[in-house]
Amino acid sequence: MRVQRLALFVLVLFALSTVALMAADGSWLRRVPAADRQRINPYAGDPQAAAAGKLLFAENCAKCHGNDAGGRHGRPSLRSERVAHATDGELAWLLRNGSLARGMPSWSSLPEPERWQIIAFIRTLPHDGPQPESVRRQ
Amino acid sequence: MAHSPHPLRESVSRCKPRIKHVTSSTSLRNHGSFKLGFFPLWFFICFTLASCITPFIPARAEEPPYFVTYSEALEEPGNLEIAQKGTTGAPKDAHGFYSSTLELEYGAKAWWTTELYLQGQGTANDSALFTGFRWENRFRILPTEYWINPVFYIEYEDVNGADKSALEVTGHDSIADFQGRNADNRSDIARTVEGKLILSSNPKGWNLSENWIMEKDLMGDAWEFGYAVGASRPLSLTAMDHACTFCRQNFSAGAEVYGGLATVHDFGLNDTSHYAGPTVQFDVPHGPTLFFSPQFGLNSNSAGVLWRITASYEIQQFRDFFRRKESQ
Repeated sequence: MRVQRLALFVLVLFALSTVALMAADGSWLRRVPAADRQRINPYAGDPQAAAAGKLLFAENCAKCHGNDAGGRHGRPSLRSERVAHATDGELAWLLRNGSLARGMPSWSSLPEPERWQIIAFIRTLPHDGPQPESVRRQ
Repeated sequence: MAHSPHPLRESVSRCKPRIKHVTSSTSLRNHGSFKLGFFPLWFFICFTLASCITPFIPARAEEPPYFVTYSEALEEPGNLEIAQKGTTGAPKDAHGFYSSTLELEYGAKAWWTTELYLQGQGTANDSALFTGFRWENRFRILPTEYWINPVFYIEYEDVNGADKSALEVTGHDSIADFQGRNADNRSDIARTVEGKLILSSNPKGWNLSENWIMEKDLMGDAWEFGYAVGASRPLSLTAMDHACTFCRQNFSAGAEVYGGLATVHDFGLNDTSHYAGPTVQFDVPHGPTLFFSPQFGLNSNSAGVLWRITASYEIQQFRDFFRRKESQ
């Protein structure tokens, strides 16, 4: 009886957390607070920071987004119009929070200056055309 | 070393918690031991050297350098981390031991990490044996970052009384857990469910993590409690613009404290053990991540020093190996 109650407790907790997370899905751009949207990259235009960001990107991001940042296995390209039009603050918010329901993890464990260095590198990428709808939704 | 009863061992064995009940299981844990006449440090040295010369697995663990404390960091979805966690020590009135835990950690979702642990240990002048397994799951509760970020942890554990991994300390865990003979302890099997509330924050490059641990033996016994607290920081918050191995950005340092808080019937610090120590982490670029910590017992119920060392690989996007090539 005790074991059954414990199992039920665990199942309820699991279900609640799953529902909470599924309900949290949405377009990440719309969830960026205005204050975060306005944030400025302290390393904007700094070629050294972009070079450091390139190394960080290769180590942390390339496996999903591709070595050329063009996207892999349906994961979004970072050379897209959407990324090009996003502000530095919006990209910083995404790196910090992730988009958990869509598979983008939080990178809050990376120090904030390193996250800005990655954004400085992303700004050096050439832009592609619009992405297919299936990828754009991620 | 003679195994005559020792006064300390007798006194602490009365409250030895990890030996929950005796079963007549004929599992590998009961019969899979062999005599070990020397200290098995060679195993870890070989493993670590092999790790350092393995160039094909890019890795950079985002986890803070803790051995017992969990932070909010989960495995990235699709990544598989393989880690070898070693704990060694020579507690008072006990033979030296080396506990080895193989950890397979997979990022199932961005908010869900699942892990399997396979544990064993070798004790000098005694034997080496497989001690059991654990299956744990961690769920990130909130979708975005806050000042404090909660993670819910649930684990099923099936280990015998000879286990010396000390992956957490709960209840009345004490130095007595290291003092018994493997032959006596391996048939004492505990099947427990463990929950943790993990709270973690990342202010100004630091990581601060606090864990509240609750453990329940499925065959009875009271709820046991424990805690773990850690703080750490990378030695540099910015990356260099060129590849380097021994630069500060690849090192993190911190400290952690953990211990038991007795049971629901006698909650508190009486007859509990506690440990604290500094921790260091080294991310080998395009290689493994190495963790090291000496952890010191804080009271007479604790072992004097536990030396902990971990080597982990992260196989990024492991699941892509199973995708069809045309989908790339």
